[in-house]
Amino acid sequence: MRWIWIDKFIEFTPRTSATALKNVTLAEEHLHDLYPAFPIVPNSLIIEGMAQTAGILVGEARNFAEKVILAKIGKATFHRLVRPGETILFHAKIGQLNEQGASITGKVELLSNIVPDASAPDVATEASAPDAPTSALSENLVAEIELMFSHVDQNMAGIEFPEHNFVFTEQFTELLKTYRTNTSIEL
Amino acid sequence: MTRDEIYEKVKGVLVDALGVDDEEVTASATLRGDLGAESIDFLDIVFRLEKAFNIKIPRGEMFPEDIFNNPDCVKDGKVTAQGLQLMKERMPHADLSTLNAGDDIEKLQFTVDTVVNYIESKVK
Repeated sequence: MRWIWIDKFIEFTPRTSATALKNVTLAEEHLHDLYPAFPIVPNSLIIEGMAQTAGILVGEARNFAEKVILAKIGKATFHRLVRPGETILFHAKIGQLNEQGASITGKVELLSNIVPDASAPDVATEASAPDAPTSALSENLVAEIELMFSHVDQNMAGIEFPEHNFVFTEQFTELLKTYRTNTSIEL
Repeated sequence: MTRDEIYEKVKGVLVDALGVDDEEVTASATLRGDLGAESIDFLDIVFRLEKAFNIKIPRGEMFPEDIFNNPDCVKDGKVTAQGLQLMKERMPHADLSTLNAGDDIEKLQFTVDTVVNYIESKVK
């Protein structure tokens, strides 16, 4: 199994923001492990999806020259469960970025929320902008997450790490290549 | 901005960055020892201070880690005479009155007051 929790980027603005999408399918084995007979995406993996979205955004900001490590989860507030058949959007926005690392504010929401009850109110199907107020996202808002990333070679303790970039393997950089190819935008 | 106003803002930053209670943040509380800050928290604190006070904090200015990692300044965990001199030059915001050459570097503790002093010098 590949440790990758986003399917593709749908927005990528270098050094600013990125939005990645993940389709959740019942075929994913981990969905069945948390609560038997009640498959959900574990919150820890929602954080991981945000970390991968944001980590690639932070890495790209320095042309993948730095080893970008998730160093701190400043906040992770969850508002609803994510279940099979739903589509997750990970919005990541760079708060601050310097030679030592970056801070990220993230919002996780569902692309659509299909309600089987015909009498239920219709819900928004379009992704909201990362800056949209939380109140407007109440139906689809999954989580609000703040992360800190470290450029690990610039660590305060002066600890040395292997020279090769063990963070940005091909499976991560391919996501960005695919986005660039699909949008034909020179980033 | 008065020192009290700076102190209140710094307190808010530390509460948010370190997940501590308001009453734990006293002027003499040490960031590592009393408030439990780890190395990544120092970067978090710098980011939050920059935002809160709308200032730029160059690397190594408030927390001069280059001195601490320089073997001419800190050897076998002890502060050298050269290191102490550099710290005095580069850290006017820190109280180094009790630190002597040959002391364990762990004796040097950043307090809430150290941060307030630094910010006060930046927003003057």
